[in-house]
Amino acid sequence: MNFETRSLSVRYRPDAARALDRVTMRVPAGTLYAVLGPNGSGKSTLMRALLGTVTPEEGEALVGDRPVRRWKRRELARAVGAVSQRESTAFPISVRGLVEMGRYPHLGPLRSMTPADRATVDAALQRCHIEELADRSVGTLSGGEFQRTRIARALAQAPSALVLDEPTASLDIRHEMGILRLLRQSADEGVTVVLVTHHLNLAARFADRLLLLGEGRVAAEGPVEEVFQAPILEQVYGWPLSVRRDPVSGSPAVTPLDDP
Amino acid sequence: MRNFAAGAVLLAATILAVFLSVRYGAVSLTTQEVLQSLTGGGGATERFIVLEHRLPRALLGILVGGGLALAGAVFQALLRNPLAEPYILGISGGAAAGAVLALALGLTSALSWFLPGAAFAGALLAIALVFGVAVSADRRLDVRVLLLSGVVVGAFFSACIALILALAEAQVVRSAVLWMMGSLAGATWRSVGVVAAYTLPACLLLLGLARALNLMSIGEETASYLGTEVETVKRVSYGVASLVAAAGVAFAGVIGFVGLVVPHGVRLVMGSDHRILLPLSFLAGGAFLTLADLLARVMLSPAEIPIGVVTAFVGVPFFLVLLRRSLRA
Repeated sequence: MNFETRSLSVRYRPDAARALDRVTMRVPAGTLYAVLGPNGSGKSTLMRALLGTVTPEEGEALVGDRPVRRWKRRELARAVGAVSQRESTAFPISVRGLVEMGRYPHLGPLRSMTPADRATVDAALQRCHIEELADRSVGTLSGGEFQRTRIARALAQAPSALVLDEPTASLDIRHEMGILRLLRQSADEGVTVVLVTHHLNLAARFADRLLLLGEGRVAAEGPVEEVFQAPILEQVYGWPLSVRRDPVSGSPAVTPLDDP
Repeated sequence: MRNFAAGAVLLAATILAVFLSVRYGAVSLTTQEVLQSLTGGGGATERFIVLEHRLPRALLGILVGGGLALAGAVFQALLRNPLAEPYILGISGGAAAGAVLALALGLTSALSWFLPGAAFAGALLAIALVFGVAVSADRRLDVRVLLLSGVVVGAFFSACIALILALAEAQVVRSAVLWMMGSLAGATWRSVGVVAAYTLPACLLLLGLARALNLMSIGEETASYLGTEVETVKRVSYGVASLVAAAGVAFAGVIGFVGLVVPHGVRLVMGSDHRILLPLSFLAGGAFLTLADLLARVMLSPAEIPIGVVTAFVGVPFFLVLLRRSLRA
């Protein structure tokens, strides 16, 4: 499942600046594609546009070569699993209950879960290491446990693509690495992964391609080595930094310098 | 398994509530007389009391109580707000304003259907007003605006009622206040038929949205990523649940508390899956209101106390006990 945008522009209010301005990008199927950029650069808007929850002012977003507005929501939910930045539950629900919702797009309104559906849910719980939390109420989870529960729900959709908006924000090193390795593994198995993140070095280490957004425009796009260049990054982030190859991971890594 | 057991218990409770409500009242009947009347035998007086008076009243209680509880559960999910109840969006205010206006103009004695008709028209006006405000320029329905405009429209209608009552005669004020406290006393087979024609299909439709409502209660954005046509679900569930509440309020007045507390009670015991919550809320709400009506009739018989007083007096302690228990668990 590939994603594409063609000169995509989004404006939330008529009197506001464009949140996205003529963004053209392409996510090849089966790649881990990281979207980077400062706060307010349009990363989350791009994610919503790819998932069809904002209406473009111009241009279009395509999912699997078809404009996203031509997809029915249920059909899209069977193909693409998404984890948004924030979510809160209005009423108490168990971890398993929340993950089971990932099966909803596969069920008819009156059909209940089959053993196969339950097996998919179990596998998703296992992959995110939350089997032992399955009966806990979501309200009692730590931030990291809740994030893993939401990722498990996206996996339970059995999608051919995943779109995640800062899934590792507020996670510790162990869980952050766990999730990135899981996403890398999914991409290696052929699932397209679009990852919005602020962690430049982890993106450089795990992603196949990067998109760098600045003020709603594409500042750079391409393989990691092409995007990870100090002058480009310095200009977009407005802060001096040095880019060097990390001796341990072997991928380029950014170190912010002291003074602007 | 637990869900089926709970359903069976509540169904039995509903049937028992109807039976008790037919059996007891100002005129005392024996179980045998009730059964004879129900099967077409027995004395003419008993048959009249049972078939023309108590049975429609009990059935109206089931329909109105069940409809209010179901609508309350839907509003709580839709607005993502535990304080939501069927009247929160100005429906009771609109209905009461319509009813009070009809009473003040003296129109209700002319035709028996005028009072429910006026109340229903008032409720529809409130629904249309609130909906019109909450649909934004980009055709999306914002539930926060829905909630706010509902409360404000309700306040406006309350002011209208206050104005009409201030200018009305004492007798009108009395009947208006009694109407606003709610009662099943006006039940006839015709009102049962009208409310059933509204409530039953609407409830089936809402049951079909149970999964979508599960998703709505975890947030609109996530709900749409999990395959929900969010705008459609919002419009249909708001419109249909409002009509159910409006039909109830038109024929039974403003009966508070059922729509707020019954869904919460069921939720505390059975969890938040709307596929279970919605049907059980309907049964529990129906049984609860019918039993409350029975108590309202027999406690100070032959006088009747307002049914809203009974729903609150019985429901509040019961609910608080449930709430305490759930906090301890």
